[in-house]
Parts: sequence; structure tokens; C-alpha cells
Amino acid sequence: MLSQLRPAIVSMVFFTAVLGLGYPLAVTGIAGALFPAQAGGSLIRNAQGEIVGSEWIGQNFKDPAYLHPRPSAAGKDGYDASSSSGSNLGPLNEDLAARIKGDADALRESDGQGPIPADAVTASGSGLDPHISPENATRQIIRIASARNTAPAEVAAIIAENTQGPTFGFLGRPRVNVLTANLALDARYPKAKAKGAVSQIQ
Amino acid sequence: MDWRGWAEIVFTIALTVAVGWPLGIFVARVWAGERTWLDPVLKPVEALAYAGFGVDRNKGQNWLSYAAAALIFSAVGFVLLYLQLRFQNLLPLNPQGFDGLSPHLAFNTAVSFVSNTNWQSYAGEATMSNLSQMAGLAVHNFVSAGTGLAVAAAVARAFAADRGENLGNFWVDLTRVTLYVLLPVSFVTALALVAAGVPQTLLANVEATTVEGTKQVISLFPVASQEAIKQWGTNGGGLFNVNSAHPFENPTPLTNLIEVVSLNALAFGTVVAFGRVAMARREARALLAVMVILVGAAAAVIYSAETLTPQPAMISAGITDASSNMEGKEVRFGPAASSIWAAQTTGASNGSVNAMHGSFMPLGGGTAMFLMQLGEIIPGGVGSGLYGMVVMALLAVFVAGLMVGRTPEYLGKKVEAREIKFAMLAVLILPLAILGFSAIAAVLPVALEGLLNKGPHGLSEILYAYTSAAANNGSAFAGLTANAPWWNTTLGIAMLLGRFAYLVPVMAIAGSIAAKPKLAPTAGTLPSDNGLFVGLLIGIVLILGGLQFFPALALGPIVEHFQVLAASR
Repeated sequence: MLSQLRPAIVSMVFFTAVLGLGYPLAVTGIAGALFPAQAGGSLIRNAQGEIVGSEWIGQNFKDPAYLHPRPSAAGKDGYDASSSSGSNLGPLNEDLAARIKGDADALRESDGQGPIPADAVTASGSGLDPHISPENATRQIIRIASARNTAPAEVAAIIAENTQGPTFGFLGRPRVNVLTANLALDARYPKAKAKGAVSQIQ
Repeated sequence: MDWRGWAEIVFTIALTVAVGWPLGIFVARVWAGERTWLDPVLKPVEALAYAGFGVDRNKGQNWLSYAAAALIFSAVGFVLLYLQLRFQNLLPLNPQGFDGLSPHLAFNTAVSFVSNTNWQSYAGEATMSNLSQMAGLAVHNFVSAGTGLAVAAAVARAFAADRGENLGNFWVDLTRVTLYVLLPVSFVTALALVAAGVPQTLLANVEATTVEGTKQVISLFPVASQEAIKQWGTNGGGLFNVNSAHPFENPTPLTNLIEVVSLNALAFGTVVAFGRVAMARREARALLAVMVILVGAAAAVIYSAETLTPQPAMISAGITDASSNMEGKEVRFGPAASSIWAAQTTGASNGSVNAMHGSFMPLGGGTAMFLMQLGEIIPGGVGSGLYGMVVMALLAVFVAGLMVGRTPEYLGKKVEAREIKFAMLAVLILPLAILGFSAIAAVLPVALEGLLNKGPHGLSEILYAYTSAAANNGSAFAGLTANAPWWNTTLGIAMLLGRFAYLVPVMAIAGSIAAKPKLAPTAGTLPSDNGLFVGLLIGIVLILGGLQFFPALALGPIVEHFQVLAASR
């Protein structure tokens, strides 16, 4: 038995060096050289060079002139990117029913009586979902257009530009990136106080 | 539900097998110590390792010595990881300045990663330093999977042996599968993931000023390198609290496909490798068929539950779009990608999630739980799924032998009382750990404090937690707040039982099988490579799993399903 103690200890040291340091550092080095934008978190900067967010990380929008994201359970106020979380509420939980009812009523108030898509009133798994469904985005067009004094068709066009279909036609679901769509809206149809900035992915 | 969803499910399973098959052929070569195209790079590293270990690579071990090596290796790994986590505040590469872990959390987490479970009682982005993630947790992602693959090699050799006792050398097997299999596939996968959008950086946090002017602190990690081995090694411990639902771990449907395929491919491949080494290729294909049929059926049940079950909360809010349950799911994945992932991850002792299982409809979450309770064999963890399925196959031929009154044989080895006793010992660990602990927790106030949901869903949270721990899965109904002394300690014990109290009887079976003469099949031998055997084995797997856990499931997800139906009227 004791003869196996040496390989056990030495192998842990060996594996820690090769797999715990060598492997991740090698991947970090190569990835940083080949794909610097993705490796750095796909950050988006404004014209002044300030980071406004990440392409993959949802953020809160409350202003009527913006596309609004899904409800979020990440952190106290939602979309806390250092505290990812789903609601973890079961299908019969009373808190879930109350939250959905409240959100649905608010959506009917702000965006009209039309049918509400499921993703508009459900919290994502991560609480950081950067996307909404095209149906959810379409439902918000009138509100955004009137807040920006532009035609609904213009807003619809920007949403379409920021919509992706399923990969290879059948993997995943069609989706609209809320942050990039909103940045495009600001760039093309500035609000009165808009931060107005052409942005690009770093 | 739509055709795209079904196409995604079928395509994912098919691609997983298609990737796993050639990989399995490669694994067999690595087990056998044959030359590979990676030799020029890795052979010197391998030689250096054996010199350091003081191991003679040509010296074989009997079952007891092999099992002892696996246990001692895991014990040493546990102690070192415990200390590293406990005192991470004193170690470098801690840019966020996180504290050391509490004793019960360090115990739970160290057990969790050494046992290939990767249950997370903690939220990674708020707890673990970069060093703990990379040089602690990720190392065990590799070597706990390597341990499983090594033991699987020993089991395969036992069936090939003819009155022998040499099962190979644990240290050699561990080193070879880690260096030649796990490391290269992870390396390639990690780079592919970065190309598709997954971050890989040593920077800690980025502070963004959002469009509406608030501060958003974005947690970053070397995500891709850890994501890759977390999937390949059927580990499942994410860097972030929400695991692969987090857009940094899994930003697109393409990364989702890469991750879900790498989650099961190696476990399928191990079966192919077993068939080659045990000289039973057709029989191995039958085992593979059982796994594919069961995981496909499970995915279909989950997808149906998530898209067809009425949702009371939506109905009462007057929402007519009940096409799918999106609570806890990401828009980019939707119900189909979430369902196939749920089936593959719970079938496979992986436990990573891309949607919150606790918010699934009752039959969806219940199916995920049931898959784990079947013993993590469809296809199960890397290596461990294979030896779990072989135990089931032994029980299947035993039951068939009882029916016709002949001494059963499997792969040319007589299956006798000793093997069946050890097989039952292994199989009974799971109900003991799951039902025993759940029964206590269900009446213990200190345990119930951790629950988020009431009623049957609360029971499901308890049952799911112990199931996940004992089956070394690691996924959760995450409403449960498990970072408390009771949960951390008992879940840790359940993980230890599920891993090591299973591994020892399996190695004993291997030793006993190896010592038997290899028989040629006769007219009286039950063929174990045809449809009849596949059906028999599926029956044994389902009946063993079903009979043990059905009463508990009836009080959890099944009764909840009928409550949902009643509330939707």
C-alpha cells in the first residue's frame, strides 16, 4: 500500500503542473493571439472607447425607447453579471404565478393587448440572456417607434438586422440580440438625450 | 414542439455516436499501450512521469492492488484539493480577493470534484479564485475522468483474460488516458469554443457602463479551457453559478452543439473500446444500442413534457402562448436544445446544465431525476458508465439464467454467486444513499430550511439533490440552498458512497472474472449481441431503477404532474 503513496503524490503534482497550469495557459495564449475579441469576452465599446457591455451578456433596459429584455433573476435587480441565476421556481410556485401575472399586466399596459410570447414573461436560466424572441421584439415596435418619432417599419428593419435564425436551420431558436439592436437604434434614430455612439465589437 | 426540435434531438444523438465511435477505437489503442500519432510529443512526457512516480510501466497489478491505487490516488487528491480551497486566500492568482472556503464547503467541493460529481454548493463567480478553478478543480476534471477510464480498462481486460490476474497498471492507465485522450480533445475543443465566442482570459472582472448608465460588473474567467474538460470528462462543474446556461460558457447554438456532443461522445466511445479490448465487439454494440435507445427515449419524454404540459402560471395570467415552458430556459436554445441536453447530462453523470431543471415541468424534471437513478449508465460517466452497464449486463444474464436453469455466461465468462453478490452490493449503494438520506432530510428542520419550493416540488428538490450526489451527476433543482453544514456534509458522504463504494465491488468482480477460464460459446449460451438481449437489458435497467425509486418519484414529480393538470383546468 505504502509503495503506492509516492506515485499518488508525485502524480498529483505532475498533473497539476501539466493540466492545471500548462493546459489553460497554453489555451489562453493561443486563443488570445488568434481570437482576441472572443477571448476577451466579446466586449462592446462606444465611440469614446468605454465599455458598454458584452455581446453575450444581457443588460437591463427600462426606457420606452429601447427594446426590453426578459425578466431576470440574476442579482437583486436583475442582469447582475457577477451573480448569474435562474428563478428556480417550480411550475406550481405561487411566486411564479404572481410574477408572470404582474409582468403580463405591465406588458399589456405598455405595449398593447396582443398575445404575449412566453419568453417575455419568463426568467431565463442564466438571468443574463442577451436575446429575446422575434415575436417578443415585434410586440415592442410601436412603443419604440413612437418614443423615437420614427416609423415602425424603420424599427422593424433594425430588429431584423439584429435577428439570427437557428444555426444550420434547425439548431437553437431564432433570436434578437437586445443590446446590439438598441445600440443600432441609438446610432440611427437618436433620442433627444441619447448617448449617440457608433459602436463596434472590440 | 416542431420538426426542428425533433431534428435537433436526433441529429445531436447521431453526431455524438459518430464522434464517439472513432474516439473509442483510439481509446482502445491507448489502453493497449500501442503507438499513436501523438507519440512524438507525448512519449517523453509520459516517460518523465513514470520516472517521477517510480512506476515500472510493464508491471501489472491484480484487482486489489489496482483498486487500492485508484483509492489512494483519490484520497491524496482530496486532501490536497481540500487544503487548496480552504486556503485559497493565501495563494496567488486570486484577482478578486476571495476568502478561503468554509470547512464544510471545502469538504463538499473537494469530494465533489475528486468523485467526478461536480456538485456545486457554491456560486463559482463569487467564490473561486482563478487558481482554485484552474489548478484545483480543472485538474480533477481531468484525473477523476481518467480514473474512471482506467478502471474501465481494467474491467475490459478482465473479460479478455484467461485464468489471469493481471488487470494492467493503474498509474500507466491513468497517465495514458489523461495525456493521450482527455488532454488533446479538450485542447481542440477549447480553441473551437473560443472561436465561437467563449471567453478565455486571466483578467478577473470588467466594469461596463450600460447604455442606460448603470454599472455592470461582468465576471470573466479562463472559461473555454475549463468548459472543454468539464464536458469531455463528464464532470459538469461550471465556472459560473448557472453552468452552461451562462452565455459566457455557452453563447450560441453552435457552442451548445459542441458541448453537448463532447458531453457523451467519450462515454459512448468507452463502450466501443471495451468491445475491442474484451474481444466482444458485437456485444459492445448491443450495450451501445441500449444506451442510445434509452437516452433517445428520455429526450423525447422531456421534450414532450416541456412543450405539451399546460402551464398553470401562464394560463392564470391570460397568456395563450403555451407552446413551450421557457422559465429557466435561454431563448437561443429553446425547449429542444434544453431537453436533449437534460437527457444527455443526467444520463451521463455529467451534471452540467443549459437550462434550470428545477423549473422544468414535473415530468421533464422527473425524467432527468429518473435517468440518474438508473445508475448513470446511459451512457454514464466516462469509464464509470461502461462498468455500470457491465454490472447490469451481468444481472441480466443472471436473471435469464434463472429462468432457464443454466449457469449464466457473459462474454465467455461464467457468472456465479460471487460476481452476483458483488454486483448487488454495487447496485444497492444507490438506493441506500438516495432514499436513506432523502428520508432523513424530509423530516429534519435544519435540512428543510434550504428549500425554495413547497409541497411535492420541495420533496423533488431533496430527492434530486441526493440522487445527483450519489449518482455522481452534480446537476440540481437549484432552488435548494445547499451551502450549509447539513447539506454539504451529507451530500459529500453520498458522493463518496456513490463513487468509491461502487468502484471497489466492480474491481472485485473484475478480479474474479479475470481468474475464470475464457469459454467458447455453446448452443446453451444466451447470445448477448442480438435484439433479444438488448430488450432484456433495457428491461432489467428500467425495472431495477423503477422498482427502487418509483414510490419516491410518485410523491414528487408524478403527483406534481397531476396537480399541474388540475390547476390548468
